[in-house]
Amino acid sequence: MMITILLGTLVVIRLMSVSQMASVLSGEDEDVAQKRDNSMNSIGMMLFMVIGLALMVYMTIKYQPFMLPVAASVHGAETDFLLNINFAVIGVVFFITQVMLFWFVYKYQHNKNRRALFYPDNHKLELIWTVVPTIVLSALIVTGLREWNKMTQGHPDDGMVVQVYGYQFNWITRYSGPDNKLGRSYYKLISDTNPLGIDYSDPASKDDIMTKGNEMHLPKGVPIQFIFNSRDVIHSAYFPHFRTQMNCVPGMDTRFYMEATITTNEMKGITKNEKFDYVLLCNKICGVAHYNMKMTVVVDEPAEFSNWLKGEKKIIDAAPTAELEQNNTTASTVNTEVAL
Amino acid sequence: MEVRDNTHSGHAVAHDVHDHGHDDHHHDHHQTFITKYIFSTDHKMISKQFLVTAIIMAFLAMGMSMIFRLQLAWPDETFPFLESMIGKWGKDGKLDSGFYLALVTIHGTIMVFMVLTGGLSGTFSNLLIPLQVGARDMASGLLNMLSFWFFAASSLVMFGSLFIEAGPASGGWTVYPPLSALPQAIPGSGLGMTLWLVSMVLFIVSALLGGINYVATVINLRTKGMSMTRLPLTVWAFLITAILGILSFPVLVAAALLLVFDRSMGTSFYLSDIFIGGVPLDHTGGSPILYQHLFWFLGHPEVYIVLLPALGLASEVISTMARKPIFGYKAMIGSMLVIAFLSFIVWGHHMFVTGMNPFLGSVFVFTTLLVAIPSAVKVFNYIATLWKANIVLSPAMLFAIGLVSFFITGGLTGIILGDSALDINLHDTYFVVAHFHIVMGSSAIFGMFAGVYHWFPRMYGRMMNKSLGYLHFWITIICVYGVFFPMHFIGLAGVPRRYYANTAYEGFDQLININELISVFAIIAGVAQVIFAFNFFYSIYRGRKAPQNPWNSNTLEWTAPVEHVHGNWPGPIPEVHRWPYDYSKPNAKEDFIPQTVPYSQTPESNRPGDF
Ligand code: HEM
Ligand SMILES: [Cu+2]
Ligand SMILES: [Cu+2]
Repeated sequence: MMITILLGTLVVIRLMSVSQMASVLSGEDEDVAQKRDNSMNSIGMMLFMVIGLALMVYMTIKYQPFMLPVAASVHGAETDFLLNINFAVIGVVFFITQVMLFWFVYKYQHNKNRRALFYPDNHKLELIWTVVPTIVLSALIVTGLREWNKMTQGHPDDGMVVQVYGYQFNWITRYSGPDNKLGRSYYKLISDTNPLGIDYSDPASKDDIMTKGNEMHLPKGVPIQFIFNSRDVIHSAYFPHFRTQMNCVPGMDTRFYMEATITTNEMKGITKNEKFDYVLLCNKICGVAHYNMKMTVVVDEPAEFSNWLKGEKKIIDAAPTAELEQNNTTASTVNTEVAL
Repeated sequence: MEVRDNTHSGHAVAHDVHDHGHDDHHHDHHQTFITKYIFSTDHKMISKQFLVTAIIMAFLAMGMSMIFRLQLAWPDETFPFLESMIGKWGKDGKLDSGFYLALVTIHGTIMVFMVLTGGLSGTFSNLLIPLQVGARDMASGLLNMLSFWFFAASSLVMFGSLFIEAGPASGGWTVYPPLSALPQAIPGSGLGMTLWLVSMVLFIVSALLGGINYVATVINLRTKGMSMTRLPLTVWAFLITAILGILSFPVLVAAALLLVFDRSMGTSFYLSDIFIGGVPLDHTGGSPILYQHLFWFLGHPEVYIVLLPALGLASEVISTMARKPIFGYKAMIGSMLVIAFLSFIVWGHHMFVTGMNPFLGSVFVFTTLLVAIPSAVKVFNYIATLWKANIVLSPAMLFAIGLVSFFITGGLTGIILGDSALDINLHDTYFVVAHFHIVMGSSAIFGMFAGVYHWFPRMYGRMMNKSLGYLHFWITIICVYGVFFPMHFIGLAGVPRRYYANTAYEGFDQLININELISVFAIIAGVAQVIFAFNFFYSIYRGRKAPQNPWNSNTLEWTAPVEHVHGNWPGPIPEVHRWPYDYSKPNAKEDFIPQTVPYSQTPESNRPGDF
């Protein structure tokens, strides 16, 4: 609506000068800006600024409900808080600088009888506007890095280990079972029946569980240690609601620690949307169906989660005997530390 | 005088030095069509060749963006014209999902490299360096000509790759392996990717030939009196840009070369443990992440290669049209140097979620946010230049102001993306698309428009139509904000980039209205560029004849005759006596004093410290 008005106003303003076009094209007018051009365009600048800023505020409020709901993880709540602080800071800077920019253009329109102020520099001013941003940025850097360090370090290694495995164009999840260790895997062991290439001779693989169906379950309030892998190209495991993302890179392990704080059911209430579901999306271009590479994520209460997990079959129970007996001399471990 | 005329001996075109004494005839009369328009070694002609090529490429890339905007806004519609336009990729009026990625890839590559690197640096470094430093031509006319022809070849190969059977490269403009290395992973990684690599190598050759020439010319061929601290900020920007390019592009060659080896010679620089198309590959021991380090070592400086020339052009336009010296000339140079230096040590901010060591991530956060300081200084200096100015709003000035506005808007969101803890959730979403289109795409495009409107009289000896210029400006700035600002919201809703359709997640359905709004703006913006193209080509032939110095500017290029002559000045090269920003000097007769006016002629306005 307002955009139509904005456009309309401008079109009218412009039409007036377009009417001069004929004379301009026939060469009766100067193509250097005249007094009239200056005043019209500087009024345009003011209108643009005022309407533009108003629209930005309006849109920010209007689109609020479309944006991600409250973060559903421990670190996500903290980064959201940080994000809001950052937005507040840059919002203030944005308003001040844009208003000054457009206001000066309006205020200091050309006037033949006036001279601009010859003002080539002022070291004190320059010092101020070097030092002030430095202080503000230092504050943002310090708060940001504190959060980053908290997220990436100081985590007990004993979170529940869950593997998220990407391939063109889907996801597989593997739970590490009671030993909380994933069995070794090797890409040359991959087959239709062994999509993760698990080396069954590794005792750690005996209790591993792989989810069937396109759904991943996570317990609420339990720290999780995700291990990400890919079979073919780089994928990126993106859980928007948990504010969690990590690339899945063939030939290497990447990790992310997080703890979900809101169950799917609770989130349905928060968003007032009965159909709400968490989602895992692929966020690194990976091929023609990249846009369709997703998995539903369900956060359960811990008890519900254990029940669900009990109902899932162990991988080894479903594996064909021929593969179980295969002599895996070629197998090597892939669970090496994260490379730089 | 003799000393400076020596510079002329660098000319590749054989041509009598003494001719320059004659004002009354042009030196082009013994040139054929071929040497004048095609294999020209004259920097002014080469600059126009770059510009026209870039405009054509820009229209192409813009057309692509309109096609994928149609898809994003109206995923369920069919557009029968697509089938007639792109054949099997638009079967039954539906855009193919693989071709969507191809369009995105080629759109990004053309915009970043062909339009905003080749088009911007190629056009304006070529036009302005010799004219503003007071040189007869570039240090080497031959290399300069080659630079253009490598650029043209590169553009042609990129364009040609659209027509091959399997489609062009489709892995995104960053072409990360393994996707870009394996044709099994995506059809575009076959011949299309090979052509992409060939095109890029040709492009890099062009950029290096150009860059070396620009640096050599600025260092060696400055006219008498043109000390480094009297150079216009445009020239400083071009110089720093050229140095950035020379230092970073070779790394991209290395990255590309290793990719070529992996693709066709079975090496494993970037590949390891891959199972694809039902079979395990033999590659082992490589790291896809290595490619990203190499790519972004160029990739980040590249955004400043795109941006700095635009900022340089804006500095010059703003100071001239505000009739006021640029505020903090030395601080402007200093901040460009600091930005250039920092741009080499921030590349990791593109890789926070690759599993990078968190400590290394912290270092990149720190260096990245440091870049905000010199950037802020530049913005404040622009604003201070406008304070108490006497502003003439030519179309070029409007575009320069638009540039500053975009630079603020896009730069500020960079502070968020540079914060690793926040980037985890925003990386590769539409928030990033919004950020870089505003700060790099739109700023640089606006800088380019400012440059074209401002220096068109110098290029073609005619004026561009001002009213059409205003119309073009207003539609464009409204639409650019209309297209890219709402993308922030889409990103904050969690929508990944490079998605053919946002149907994967039910929560995205409500965004369809925003997507329609964006696409409407994008289509209007696209149509508005026709106004520019019309104005540009019409004015070349029919524009009003330009006066010698239409904007009452101080710099040297406006002392050269309107009709181009080979060697730029018919007589001796003018000497420089002052810095380029003596606008509205107190007590001066006029509100500008060209660089060629000695202090001895302006006793009334001289100030202590001027000498
Ligand atoms: C006509 C105006 C433009 C429109 C409507 C537009 C639109 C878009 C959109 C929607 C995307 C993302 C598509 C996706 O991720 O699925 C995109 C990608 C991109 N655009 Fe533009 N764009 C425009 C101009 C520019 C300019 C001036 C630049 C110069 C920097 C540019 C550079 C890029 C790049 C580098 C990408 C990323 C390509 C990739 O993901 O590999 N675009 N554009
Ligand atoms: Cu994927
Ligand atoms: Cu960067």
